[in-house]
Amino acid sequence: MKARFLIPFLVFVALVVFFYIGLNLKPREIPSPLIGKPAPAFNLQQLHEPDKTFSVEAMRGQVWVFNVWASWCVSCRDEHPLWVEFAQNNKLPIVGLNYKDQRPDALRWLLQLGNPYVLSVMDSEGRVGIDYGVYGVPETYVIDKQGVIRMKHIGPITPDVLTGKILPLVQELSK
Amino acid sequence: MMRALLGLLMLALAGATLAKEAAPLAEDPAVEARLKHISKELRCLVCQNETLADSQADLAKDLRREVRDKISQGLDDEQIKAYLTQRYGDFVLYRPRMTATTVLLWFGPFLLLLGAAFGVARFIKQRRRALEETPLTPEEAQRIKALLPTEQGKSV
Repeated sequence: MKARFLIPFLVFVALVVFFYIGLNLKPREIPSPLIGKPAPAFNLQQLHEPDKTFSVEAMRGQVWVFNVWASWCVSCRDEHPLWVEFAQNNKLPIVGLNYKDQRPDALRWLLQLGNPYVLSVMDSEGRVGIDYGVYGVPETYVIDKQGVIRMKHIGPITPDVLTGKILPLVQELSK
Repeated sequence: MMRALLGLLMLALAGATLAKEAAPLAEDPAVEARLKHISKELRCLVCQNETLADSQADLAKDLRREVRDKISQGLDDEQIKAYLTQRYGDFVLYRPRMTATTVLLWFGPFLLLLGAAFGVARFIKQRRRALEETPLTPEEAQRIKALLPTEQGKSV
């Protein structure tokens, strides 16, 4: 009979456990179905050299980072210094996807804040963004030598993500 | 005369702007109807609690454009949904698919209901047992008779 009085307590404990798990979930981060799949192909105009295009095929055989950015995107400004520093210290190529932007704005933005990208391509219509499942800029993909997406990070990167997740993965993939 | 002309000009311009804004919707009523039907079943990834049909987010507009294109290309609803889930995962579907991970989502509420019904049934049964009358044994009847005042005693 005494067990009866334990029931409210057990219910309370169960609720606390649920809340604890629930508060640590990130519902805004939707797991991408593209991880482990080949990076969707595209052929887009380059930002700095409009008469040239770039396609995923060109990166075959090397590990690279694909970073979605835009001059209108506020959190891109947050993460940008990290990429600039990263590009100075590492040889890993970072390709930028300039998402739904205007060329003059994008060029000015890179001039002001530094250009960590080996090159950027222009996705003015946002179509390639859709192929990559982009729903919130900035987003970052790590793509391996075979052209397979190995990691996706949604939102601005932090030093923790960069040194704790992206770098180890890149080192692993570069072997 | 000048005023009347100006007025006419303004009216004409007003008509022109209105016509321009309504154009994308009026393009093909059949496509728009299907777009509306499909996008009600799809989630806007930016707002997350809005359907693709209701959302005003830029991405939602782009996705509606893609869906519109796919409809024009003659893809059926399932193919369009597959196109989006390949890119954004099952999350874009407002009606979650039945998979091993969503079984609890689909049947959890019924389990809770079943549990609650069981609890209520038990409670009612217990209460009924408590309320059931148990007749007095002859000895108890005797004792009560001895304890209670008789009819004569009461009238005194």
